[in-house]
Amino acid sequence: MWNRIEGAPREEIEKIQLKRLRDVVQRVYHLVPFYREKFQEAGITPDAINSVDDLARLPFTTKQDLRDHYPFGLFTVPLDQVVRIHSSSGTTGKPTVVGYTRNDMDVWNEVMARTLQMVGCGPEDVVHNAYGYGLFTGGLGFHYGAETVGSAVVPSSGGFTKRQLLLMKDFGATILCATPSFALHMAEVAKDEGYDLHSDFRLRAGFFGAEPASEGLRQALREVWDIIYVEVYGLSEIIGPGVAASCPHGNLHVMEDHFIPEVVDPETGEVLPDGEEGELVFTTITKQALPIIRYRTKDITVLHREPCACGRTLTIMESVRGRADDMLIVNGVNVFPSQVEHVLTTVEGTTPNYVIVVDKKGVLDKLEVWVEVDEATFADGIGALEELKARLQSEMLNELYINVKVKLVEPKTLERSMGKAKRIIDRREAEGMKS
Amino acid sequence: MSKKYAVKQLSIFLENRKGRLLEVTEAMERARVNIRALALAESAEFGILRLVVNNPEKARSILASEGFTVKEQNVFAVEVPDTPGGFSSVVRILHDNDINVDYTYAFVGGGDKAVLIFKVPDRLFDVAIQAVEKGGIKLMEPMFFYD
Repeated sequence: MWNRIEGAPREEIEKIQLKRLRDVVQRVYHLVPFYREKFQEAGITPDAINSVDDLARLPFTTKQDLRDHYPFGLFTVPLDQVVRIHSSSGTTGKPTVVGYTRNDMDVWNEVMARTLQMVGCGPEDVVHNAYGYGLFTGGLGFHYGAETVGSAVVPSSGGFTKRQLLLMKDFGATILCATPSFALHMAEVAKDEGYDLHSDFRLRAGFFGAEPASEGLRQALREVWDIIYVEVYGLSEIIGPGVAASCPHGNLHVMEDHFIPEVVDPETGEVLPDGEEGELVFTTITKQALPIIRYRTKDITVLHREPCACGRTLTIMESVRGRADDMLIVNGVNVFPSQVEHVLTTVEGTTPNYVIVVDKKGVLDKLEVWVEVDEATFADGIGALEELKARLQSEMLNELYINVKVKLVEPKTLERSMGKAKRIIDRREAEGMKS
Repeated sequence: MSKKYAVKQLSIFLENRKGRLLEVTEAMERARVNIRALALAESAEFGILRLVVNNPEKARSILASEGFTVKEQNVFAVEVPDTPGGFSSVVRILHDNDINVDYTYAFVGGGDKAVLIFKVPDRLFDVAIQAVEKGGIKLMEPMFFYD
């Protein structure tokens, strides 16, 4: 364990939570007009928080609230105290922006260090980090976490699979950090390249997150790379990766002395008891630049508060079972249908009649958008239609940050094959990850 | 004046899918619509079927009711001798007048004549008709195709 608090008695954890919760509520109430107004509407003052359970009395915060205050409207510090800004694609054009003070970076490094220490990752380890470096929190989150525990980090970022394999082998990487689908893709390429996955590589554990992974996929990764599978849960609005991580007993522990989890009924917002499935909600209690109160993650899961065989007393969350909205995760990138709609309505001559099809190409996800060609769109020329297709593809890349294949289809196709309202066809699950 | 020679052509968007072309031809057959001329342009994923029929209004409403995306275009048709240089005589006139041809297709008419169909940009349609007519080429009236 990186920090003894991970296995401290529940009373001690809850005492810390209460103190920090009261601080953060004071902080947002006095520094962010948005929170003050919402608290006042709900008839709550900061001194109403007398127990962690009182959290339930506070209003929720949503992704829409972050968008409405784009870019820095919910920050509690001036920019001169901010040392890092990350951003993820938003649901309709505007990205979500998150900021970190020096202290927030310490918090992030701390929770990432705990994450990496789930398998004792330390100075002897070579950490091959294949998460994307950039605005996405995955790459830099793991990077500094690994530096914090003293490992040698190889910041390879995504892509260039063959070169990554060469470096992993030659540098003797012991830890791999990647999205599950990319890790499996690496294994397939490695086989094709003639590597012996067990004897050519020294990997002992992998840290996987940023996208859902079936148990089949996890098992496939364990076997093909001969590694311990560590699941990492996180979202940039809360901090990035490191909100929760799985121990060697397979339980996903929430770093709840920094982020208090709740599970609520997605319809009514009512807090649900442990063991019941609902929407995961987080309150950050140590972050300064962008503290967030009762953030609706839209992730569906179950919480358990019971001691784990690993010695940790931190709350256990189950792997995310689904989404309360229609967000898709494609190769680790969040995609909202509303983004696709946004492109279709802004590119002249197209109507928002579309279907999103997600499928597997090999082990990686591929995204197709089928767009109806109606009379307004239909230019009588192959060239004009190909141009429209190319333009839509390039606009989608701009908006979604991933490659999308646009397919022009007849109007009847969409209705006939899936009923009008259905906008998303996800074929990935049906395939399973039989390996 | 050039309206006189505007032949209505139907362009139909088709996905490259088995049986799709047959659905169009069968719809025409059921409606007793006669196809007088046709051309099919294709890309990897879709195609455009262009038809000149004996009753464009009827054909269009049938196809639309069957869910096809149909666009009506004005094209013009000329009759040339079915001998070497016949096609060239028209293309040369269009070229000399800086008129771009979007596409063209042809069929053998009666006897020793061939009928050529041309699609030019809409804004150049009148200019094209005038140039062709002035060049002594015989323009076909739409009634040649329609009932």
